[in-house]
Amino acid sequence: MRISGLWRTTWRYLKLLSQDNKGIIIPWENKVCRHCCIRINDLTVRFGDKAVLDKVSIHIHCGEVMAIVGPNGAGKTTLLRTILGEVPHSGSMESLMGGVEKRMPRIGYVPQKLHLDPDSPVSVTDLAVLAGGKHPVWLGIPKKVLEEAEHALSVFSAGHLAKKRIGELSGGELQRVLLAIAMTAEPELLLLDEPGTGVDIQGLSLFYQLVRSLREQHDIAVIIVTHDLAGISPYVDRIILLNHSVIAEGEPDQVLSDDKMLRTFGPSLWNISRLPTVHEEVKSVD
Amino acid sequence: MIDIWYGLADYLLPHDLARYVFMKNALLAVLLVTPVFGVLGTMVVSNRMAFFTEVLGHSALTGIGIGVLLGISDPTLPMIAIAVALAFLVNLLKDMTHSSMDTVMGVFLAFMVALGITILSRQGGVVKFTTYLIGDILAVTPAQIAWLAVLFIIVFVYWYFAGNALILTSVSGSLARSRMIRTFFVETSFTILLAVVVMVSIRLVGILIINSLLVLPAAAARNAARSISSYTVLSICISVFSGICGLFASYYLGTASGATIVLFSVACYGVSALAGLHRRKAFM
Repeated sequence: MRISGLWRTTWRYLKLLSQDNKGIIIPWENKVCRHCCIRINDLTVRFGDKAVLDKVSIHIHCGEVMAIVGPNGAGKTTLLRTILGEVPHSGSMESLMGGVEKRMPRIGYVPQKLHLDPDSPVSVTDLAVLAGGKHPVWLGIPKKVLEEAEHALSVFSAGHLAKKRIGELSGGELQRVLLAIAMTAEPELLLLDEPGTGVDIQGLSLFYQLVRSLREQHDIAVIIVTHDLAGISPYVDRIILLNHSVIAEGEPDQVLSDDKMLRTFGPSLWNISRLPTVHEEVKSVD
Repeated sequence: MIDIWYGLADYLLPHDLARYVFMKNALLAVLLVTPVFGVLGTMVVSNRMAFFTEVLGHSALTGIGIGVLLGISDPTLPMIAIAVALAFLVNLLKDMTHSSMDTVMGVFLAFMVALGITILSRQGGVVKFTTYLIGDILAVTPAQIAWLAVLFIIVFVYWYFAGNALILTSVSGSLARSRMIRTFFVETSFTILLAVVVMVSIRLVGILIINSLLVLPAAAARNAARSISSYTVLSICISVFSGICGLFASYYLGTASGATIVLFSVACYGVSALAGLHRRKAFM
């Protein structure tokens, strides 16, 4: 029996349970959730005749970190852009917050990269206030707003970066700054796009630990899109293997150890896990 | 209204210049136009739209041509119509096309210039339109100044409310959209505003150099700025400084004002580029 089918059955059951307002228990967490969840149903995206995403259904609960893993060209970025509402699609996306049905969850988005020249004058606080505040940044930032921004950054070990220009940051510093900024939106769903790109191993480990702590403190749902299956698996609760459609779904141990699943996914899964990850590059240096 | 300015200008201008009403008009026009160029230029440079504004400026030729065909004495309206249509089209294409924007712009530039010249040269009278190429800020009328004042207010009110959304969109469109910013609307409104400003001021500074006035102050400010506010404020200051210096210098040298203003902007850019180079060396 396909794991994804099992999950779907489970979720349908949990959905039934969640219709009364008592709260449900997430089985793999043993943690009471105030039945917040985000459902993506039969998401299909076509570019011309080609279905880039074919009936993708994802169900994620708050307090859960999910990785969506797939090879290059599997439709990962398209999935992210669709969730952000940038791509025309069929299928639906809805969120259930505290038992109340809502159309779209509030999304905190951590982009893979920014369209900035290295000499761009945009500073870290500028970016934080741009994304969060109503105050026009070009008129200068008042002290109170500045302090708020610095506080938001310091939560993610980025307070000392406040005065720097974005172009001066290292890959890991930029990811932490972008995470801090995403969190100022008080999101219900946090989307991370390939957070490993250009980040060294210490930076990445610090980053993923911050993400883990967020899920515990804020009870939000986190989706991490990456091609680095081996690197991501210690930090997530559930993994979805995506190759235009959902190939497999399960806890990291299951996905990594299940021979059948590996065979189902074919050599491409091995390719993903065998890609020279950041970890291996460091090992080879040692 | 304008009389208050004339009274004030008597004190501001040197004695030999204060005699001339056209000089007072020109100074007021410069004080209204240059801050607008300074602030819009920051986004033109950040978004790498220099080629787009070049195309926009040159599309004025087609606008003037259509004005002539329709028999309108003041072609400002057809110019604005063509430029706004062009701005909208380019923004739409940016989302849709897969070919390089550079090439698309090149095609637009060729089309706009060629169409304009073809229409204007029908009866061999293309020479009388050279005033649009060079511009003449000393011929500005109080009615035109009133329009510039209206634009000045619109641009700064727009920047006050939409500035954040614009800058965030230029940093990352997806990040902006995740914050519920309608990026297409924001970008399109900016390019349309840019088109209107360029068209209204083209008679003052000329098709050939309007792009430099937009790009240079912001480019110079970028060499020195370390935050968005210092970038914007510096760009405005450099723009106004070059405008005033260029206007006075052009009077004493007997040269075209627009081009002289641009020379001052180039000088500012040169100084800031050298200073930036020096700073980077010290940093390394």
